[in-house]
Amino acid sequence: MSTLVFLEHHGNELLKPSLGVLSKATTLDQDVSGVVLGSGVRGLAEQAGKFGAARVFVADRPELEAPLPQPRVDALAGLVRDREFDTVLFASSVLAADVAGGLAARLGAGLNWDLTDLVQQNGSLIGKRPALGDTVYVDVGWKDGPRLALIRPGTFDPQGVAETPSVEIEDLEPQFEDFSLAATMVEQAHAESEGPSIEDADVIVAGGRGLGAPENFKLVEELAQALGGAVAATRAVVDAGWYPYATQVGQTGKSVSPKLYIACGISGAIQHKVGMQGSGLIVAINKDPNAPIFEYSDLGVVGDLNDVVPKLTELVRQRKS
Amino acid sequence: MTRPADFPPPYTPEEFVAAPSDPAEERIDVGVLIVGAGPAGLACAIRLGQLLEESPETAARFGDVPVAVLEKGKAVGSHLVSGAVVNPRALRRLFRDRARIEDMPFYGPVKHESVYFLTSRSALRIPTPPTMKNDGNYVASLSELSRWLSQQAEAGGAYILPETAAEKLLVDGGRVRGVRTGDKGRGRTAEPLANYEPGSDVTARVTVLAEGTQGHLTGVALQRFGLQGENPQVWALGVKEVWRVKEPLDRVIHTMGWPLRGGRRYREFGGSFIYPMGEDMVTVGLVVGLDYRDAELSVHDLLQELKTHKLVQRILDGGERIGWGAKTIPEGGFVAMPKRLHAPGLLLTGDGAGLVNVPALKGIHYAIESGRLAAETAFAALQRGRTAWTPGALASYDESLRSTFVWDDLKRVRNMRQAFGKGFWMGGAMAGAMTASFGKFPPGNAKTERDADQALFKTDRASRYPKPDGQLTFDKLSSVFLSGNKTRDDAPNHIRVEQRVPRELALMWERMCPAQVYEAKEGAEDGEVAVEVTPSNCVQCGAITAKGGRLLPPEGGSGPEYKLT
Amino acid sequence: MKIAVCVKHVPEQSKRIDPATKRLDRSGEGAINPFDVHAVEEALKLKEDRGGEVVVVSMGPAGAQDSVRKALAMGADSALLITDEAAAGSDLVATANVLAAALESEAPDLVLFGQQAGDSDGAVLWAAVADRLHRPVISQVANLSVADGKVRGKRQTEFGYDVIEAPIPAVLAVSDAINEPRYPSLKGIMGARSKPQRTVSLSELGLEGGVTGEAGSKTVVQALSDPPPRGDTVKIEDDGSAAEKIVEFLAERKLV
Repeated sequence: MSTLVFLEHHGNELLKPSLGVLSKATTLDQDVSGVVLGSGVRGLAEQAGKFGAARVFVADRPELEAPLPQPRVDALAGLVRDREFDTVLFASSVLAADVAGGLAARLGAGLNWDLTDLVQQNGSLIGKRPALGDTVYVDVGWKDGPRLALIRPGTFDPQGVAETPSVEIEDLEPQFEDFSLAATMVEQAHAESEGPSIEDADVIVAGGRGLGAPENFKLVEELAQALGGAVAATRAVVDAGWYPYATQVGQTGKSVSPKLYIACGISGAIQHKVGMQGSGLIVAINKDPNAPIFEYSDLGVVGDLNDVVPKLTELVRQRKS
Repeated sequence: MTRPADFPPPYTPEEFVAAPSDPAEERIDVGVLIVGAGPAGLACAIRLGQLLEESPETAARFGDVPVAVLEKGKAVGSHLVSGAVVNPRALRRLFRDRARIEDMPFYGPVKHESVYFLTSRSALRIPTPPTMKNDGNYVASLSELSRWLSQQAEAGGAYILPETAAEKLLVDGGRVRGVRTGDKGRGRTAEPLANYEPGSDVTARVTVLAEGTQGHLTGVALQRFGLQGENPQVWALGVKEVWRVKEPLDRVIHTMGWPLRGGRRYREFGGSFIYPMGEDMVTVGLVVGLDYRDAELSVHDLLQELKTHKLVQRILDGGERIGWGAKTIPEGGFVAMPKRLHAPGLLLTGDGAGLVNVPALKGIHYAIESGRLAAETAFAALQRGRTAWTPGALASYDESLRSTFVWDDLKRVRNMRQAFGKGFWMGGAMAGAMTASFGKFPPGNAKTERDADQALFKTDRASRYPKPDGQLTFDKLSSVFLSGNKTRDDAPNHIRVEQRVPRELALMWERMCPAQVYEAKEGAEDGEVAVEVTPSNCVQCGAITAKGGRLLPPEGGSGPEYKLT
Repeated sequence: MKIAVCVKHVPEQSKRIDPATKRLDRSGEGAINPFDVHAVEEALKLKEDRGGEVVVVSMGPAGAQDSVRKALAMGADSALLITDEAAAGSDLVATANVLAAALESEAPDLVLFGQQAGDSDGAVLWAAVADRLHRPVISQVANLSVADGKVRGKRQTEFGYDVIEAPIPAVLAVSDAINEPRYPSLKGIMGARSKPQRTVSLSELGLEGGVTGEAGSKTVVQALSDPPPRGDTVKIEDDGSAAEKIVEFLAERKLV
């Protein structure tokens, strides 16, 4: 087995989900390589070593500056062919999904997506994919290599293995197709949200339509602050303009898996469930006793969140001080 | 004493009668317009297709769109629920040698049948009453059967138009000219949204109402043309589930008795059915007359309770619930039928016309037969030299229906349902006597009271409903979810009820509704309370219309999306 | 401008995976993938603004005709349905091979996809098709405009919104936040029947066996299993002390 992990970065950091996949890969394969594609990203290669990469390929090119998929497909296709990687792993993201889809077509390779685990079974690699609203788990495999996989973000935690890693860094000189450079980034308007990003947060407090009004998000924000966590929102309230899109959890938003997820006024439709059910512990507060979220909460509180949440915030603050 | 009828909804049939309003060039003009893609409407469309194929010269008189069928559900079958054990007689008459019963989506013929009288702990097998015998009948999902029928109708040239509610009856110069379809894309307070799409006038030479139980325009037409029968219509509410099971069931089962109470004051008339659907599925349902009086009665919860009986539990053991649905059934029978089934330019068919044989638990074959006869009447009325819309031009429909088995059957069992208002045992004895005397006993026609006329009382019945465990027993919301209902929350309210009523009545609605649409809000213990309505949960069973409210057609394409019911 | 919209017919009925074939049970009724309706709407808007035509392209069983018809009822001009027993069980690359061949023959200026398949949760097909077609791709598009031979899309990502531009012809995947799809008018529904609808087999597209279907697929489904059980759930009613109970619960688990 020879495994390559696509290491996505944002700003000057490798993303946690990518490092989690890298850590997982080192448990399946002795010899795991990472690849960083961007502009001015050579320094990031060192970071990858800490999480077990034996070798990191770096393509440091202006064509790779913007987070666009197609030049990355070119770079990866060349690398996978030259070095005969049989497995290429991605932590799923908007960018990674497009890169993986394009790479699968380019290499004529099999791609399995939305995996929540990877295991070796009788010498072959098997991915676990929850399907049909997570009511069934499907074991998926590949007929032959290269085997491409997109892993649900947050499935694996990064495990640091070495403080001072000895990582081998190799530069790549990718060839780009004309059509791959046709799309250009006009404007990269990142909506910076306060506090930790929800995908990296250990604690998430999320609000839904049950809050009743946008100003009630204040209750959620205060609780999140007390717990040192991030604020998330459901599709319904993001659509209604109560909270920014970057905080949306669910099928069309982000998938998160914090240690603690507190759902306030969220009914828990399947679209929301798929984005947060990987959470370690789920606490739900809702006044509707029949809300579906209670079916998959560890602790469900039937009650008025206007009473419960401020009290909870106060108690958490007391404990911390 | 609280009677639902004393708190009528804000509703008048006149709101739903209009003259065509679209400019002539924008109207959609069809030959025969059929409202409702159930067995009656589709049989009508199929028969018209056959007749037009045989007679191309008549087809020209029907226009560019000879036959159109409007269906308010997302697809054909989306709003259909039935047992169902189907008597194939009317299908044979409809298709003759064009299709065999074996080609239709049936789950096979009934092989064995059993009838039980239940108590909470025991099941006493009793002889099958003659009216309930099912030799030669076939098990079906009406939703599936109708999808097949719609394919046949479409192959015969009919336009099947789902996601389209018929909202107003177009009447002009004393004759029915067609219908106006409902608007789409309105908000909660009826304000037009960005994707607002107004309804259209659909005009036709003949309009056939095949809306089924609680037909909206059927009710409007009965009033507008003074067609009501001598007795008011009454209804039952049926709730059923479809299960995937481990062991095949080899028989159809009916039960009487538990969990319904026999005492006369309760007026709990009904029973359950358990039918095999092939080797790996079973359907189980419970039907209860809506003239019941206890505000705590919930057919959905009684069905859950029924499943805990060991007779039923054994059948479902290790299985999984895969479908759920609820629908009312017109049970007034012969004496509650409209006095005429036609008006100028209009024909009434199927359940909408009350063609249901309550003791036999059958109506689908009457719907099909009435649809077939409606097609023949409409076709004949559109021949050269005839005018379909003059008074009496469609009278041959009533005559032909009177000469078929439909009329004979219904007349024979005409007082059966009314007898059960006298309590289970008395009613049972009278039903036996009626059966033995082919309807000649008791003489005359029994009087029916409206379901909404029954005074309510409240017991503690609900405290004994089983707590939903998510395996065998389920709550209402998860059931609505399983019905496929994806109605948007901001759709306009299509349910009319008086919103401040005595607590007892509000509670009755809350319990009655299988889809958790009504909620009695807090208020004084014995005073009036507010009723909160969540219309997006509604599965359009029609129970509210029987019990003091009014169900109107919702936005086309909304409501449940039944597949297997 | 010619716009092709790729629509998928997704099963609605039983939502189960057939244990024998390990494929999604597509025997029951299906419907147009709800995400694709937004792509149809966006194509119709572009056509209304700029003129041109909208062609619906779908690959699926014969029943996919229903989904195609829905798009035609909304206002698309014509449809191409690729239906072939040999295409059943196609994975990503096998599907992309077929769609790319069909799209090549249609030669549209823009190809639109919905952002996700409602049945398989897949969100990668456009990238594969764009690669096969050698065209630029923009995904997750929440806002789209066309000017001067270029298409500009605002994309939702984990970090906010990007604006990306690409020369036409291009491939785009639109998010369901991009528009509110129209309801088909009754005239539209009735007119859909008479619009040009072609059904083609793989050989009519010039494709040989082996590039699609199970044979052309590189991924396999090995087994099905139940999801891991969650721990017991505790449900309490707030009697004024719920906040204390939550804190206790979290403290026991060292989360506060």
